[in-house]
Amino acid sequence: MLNQKIKMYSNSSRFPFENLKRSWYKFSRNPLSILGLGLLFIIILSALFAPWIAPYPQHAGKFIDLKERFQPPSTSHLCGTDSMGRDILTRILFGYRISLLLGVVVLSISVPIGVTIGMVAGYCKGTVIETICMRITDIFLSVPPLILAMAVASVLRPNLQNSMLAISLTWWPWYSRLIYGVVSGTRNEFFVQSAEIIGASKVHIMVRELFPQTISTLFTKVTLDMGYAILTGASLSFVGLGAQPPTPDLGTMVSEGSKFLPEQWWMSVFPALAIVLVILAFNLVGDGLRDLFSLERV
Amino acid sequence: MEPLLELKDLCISYKIYEGRMKVIDKVTLTVLPGEKIGIVGESGCGKTTTMKSILRILPPNGRVDSGQAFFKGKDLLKISDTDMQRIRGNGISMIFQDPTAALDPVFTVGDQLIAVIRYGSKVPINRREARTRAIAALKEAQMPDPERIMSNYPVQLSGGMRQRVCIAMALATEPELLIADEPTTSLDVTIQDQVLRLLHSLVERRKTSVIFITHNLGVVRVIADKVNVMYAGTIVESGHTQEIFTNPLHPYTVDLLAAMPRLSGGGLEERVPGRIPDYLNPPLGCRFQPRCTKAQLRCSLEKPKLVEAKPGHFVACFLEAGNE
Amino acid sequence: MNDKMPILKISNLKKYFRTNAGIVKAVDGVSFIMEQGETLGLVGESGSGKSTIAYAVAGIYAPTSGQIFFQSFDISRPATKRSLSIKRSIQIVFQDPGTSLNPRRTIEQILMLPLNVHRIGSPKERRDLVYELLQKVQLPRDYANKAPGMLGGGERQMVAIARALATQPQLIILDEPTSALDVIIQAKIIKMLLTFQRELGLSYLFITHDLSLMRNVATRVAIMYLGKICELAPALEFFQRPLHPYTQMLLSSIPVVSKEEESLKPKKIQSRGEIPSPVNVPPGCSFHSRCPEAKEICKQIDPPMIELPGGHFVRCHLFS
Repeated sequence: MLNQKIKMYSNSSRFPFENLKRSWYKFSRNPLSILGLGLLFIIILSALFAPWIAPYPQHAGKFIDLKERFQPPSTSHLCGTDSMGRDILTRILFGYRISLLLGVVVLSISVPIGVTIGMVAGYCKGTVIETICMRITDIFLSVPPLILAMAVASVLRPNLQNSMLAISLTWWPWYSRLIYGVVSGTRNEFFVQSAEIIGASKVHIMVRELFPQTISTLFTKVTLDMGYAILTGASLSFVGLGAQPPTPDLGTMVSEGSKFLPEQWWMSVFPALAIVLVILAFNLVGDGLRDLFSLERV
Repeated sequence: MEPLLELKDLCISYKIYEGRMKVIDKVTLTVLPGEKIGIVGESGCGKTTTMKSILRILPPNGRVDSGQAFFKGKDLLKISDTDMQRIRGNGISMIFQDPTAALDPVFTVGDQLIAVIRYGSKVPINRREARTRAIAALKEAQMPDPERIMSNYPVQLSGGMRQRVCIAMALATEPELLIADEPTTSLDVTIQDQVLRLLHSLVERRKTSVIFITHNLGVVRVIADKVNVMYAGTIVESGHTQEIFTNPLHPYTVDLLAAMPRLSGGGLEERVPGRIPDYLNPPLGCRFQPRCTKAQLRCSLEKPKLVEAKPGHFVACFLEAGNE
Repeated sequence: MNDKMPILKISNLKKYFRTNAGIVKAVDGVSFIMEQGETLGLVGESGSGKSTIAYAVAGIYAPTSGQIFFQSFDISRPATKRSLSIKRSIQIVFQDPGTSLNPRRTIEQILMLPLNVHRIGSPKERRDLVYELLQKVQLPRDYANKAPGMLGGGERQMVAIARALATQPQLIILDEPTSALDVIIQAKIIKMLLTFQRELGLSYLFITHDLSLMRNVATRVAIMYLGKICELAPALEFFQRPLHPYTQMLLSSIPVVSKEEESLKPKKIQSRGEIPSPVNVPPGCSFHSRCPEAKEICKQIDPPMIELPGGHFVRCHLFS
């Protein structure tokens, strides 16, 4: 079929990474993806270089200047100051560091766990192992992150590390479900059966034959998830269970500022906008990646 | 006789990342009223693309670069969308390879048939009249128990029955031209035989013209009086079916027939193998030349045109019919 | 007669599947013997069970009952429970070249897998073995680094064949290996398969619905309908003197190209009726609802398999 011929041209690499130019072309067809990528770039760079580019780096820690408190946005303080006189823009930039760190840590913990469990469950479909894995997944899925975080906080002290732990515990089952779906679908494809007939070991089949099928879906979901992990982290700190003051955390900043609405609006609005921006950036890039990985005609 | 369908020097290309695939290269075809012609060729040669271009249902990256497609004197490629919409399903109907994909799974067979009849009719018909016609169409398509079939969903029917429903749907609006794109390829052999014989008798009775597309030469022999052999977007040979099969002239047709396994034992002959040319950079001259054992210098420089080598038997090859 | 041990012996094999619609009797009591070096063709339409038998022999399915013997070994179990040496001896080529090769691996990795699993050659030699395999199927060396998506359907199938040959098997199951391919590439692949058979003494269990192809490939042909064998005979005998009404019906439905072939087709029986679903197998002979020669006894009693002279087996009341 002519369709197959055309697909042959599009599929001429195993992974889209191997053919960067073509991948870029596909990705760049959507202007929103480019916008997202640009935003992401700016945010990550700002977070990385915060100590050097922030206007008042010392405001990121313990700092009080009661003369400067509650200043509205001006040329010296682009986002105004908070109740302690600290520059909000600086704290936002440092807050991004916390948020991005949280996203990375949460996903670094939950993705490997979820993928492994989902993979084993999908491959062993129809056996006791599958039932055990997926029921454990279901149990953890039913726990809302906030409630678990509060439970963790009541046992341990509420701080950034514990909030990351709590979120990871509720995050991995989504990956388990996702990978289970992909693997149990492809598990009966001819190339997997060929490998079994040839005599390949179960480990080989899971790691070398099945896992590569999941990479594109995984990559897309991880990118989209970064935004939501950050949002969850911000939600936890909003209720006081995340990073504790004086650490600049976007959620804590929104929470603090909410007490002073609507007169000192800038104290909540700018940190909230910062959260919106970072989630938007990850979402746009994630959408672009999803389009990129779909093996459609260019 | 005025031709019903006339394709003249049709050129179609697809846009992909690497550039333009020039798939169809000056295809010329004529169908007279009541005539049944076949188009045979291997996958990727462009048979479906040509048909889709006539009905203007090419995918978004497909484009007709030049040429004309006259249906009853009007160039289909130039008329308005509304006029084209009237012709689809009415003047020209199409059946596809996969009947499961062609039928909507969430509507009953009856609903779909009635919709087609009412939509395609030139005068308004009410539901009851359409229903009667639908049942009559199913009966004509040799469906057992047509009343019950009307209330069945496509998934409840077998593959052969679904294809018969598609045939009934396509013929219910009394089209002048029926395009059948590999309609029996997905069916079992015994069912295929039944469906082919049914199709044959239906179009015979109504004097519908048929363009039958397939890669199976034996199948086309059942339905078509004339056959066009297509290779890499060009028609390389054309004539009466039995004549082409007994006295093939174009080297490609010869190879094709030699490669077919024969019931009498024999066939499966491998000539010079090769792939279809790269449509991004097709050969300048004859598109078959890279695979042709008899190719000469002229073949790589000039494209041969379809020329009448024997009465009613056309070939596009310099060796067989030197285009002067 | 060959006094070598038959390479494959199927004994009253049954494979039933449980579905929401009921029990599907995909294979319902099949027995046959395959000699070494022969090509046994299995022919049939949807629901006949031919692919199920192939998969049971390959080890994808475990039999519901009955036995499969490979030489003297009882292999009536899934591949995961078979010994490595058995897995080496039986290989399979699937129908769809699109999904039988992992799209995310290179050709080299795909061909390397059987060599690694069965430790064929030293690790250093394996790369060269891969090139040898590519050469054997007439593919260029630089294909080793390509992904299956870059190859055409015929080339992918050649890689699948190369993979099957990598372990130097004795029995290869070919499940409609050329059905998805064009006629010209089919000729090339079939020619290649027959050459390998001669050179390496392979036995083929060949499944196809294309009877014209079967005529030129098989030494013996078995035709199946709804899970049972209707007729089994040496190829020439099968085509020249078909006995079972279903065989005749199938042969009379084949589209052929020449008048000569047309005259070889049985005339008296024309195809009619639908193929019943394997969930609702009619009682008695499974074919009686479509059979123009059906008698009363056919509706009640399933005919036994009769052996006629010349190794011709038929399961039909007309002959019992």
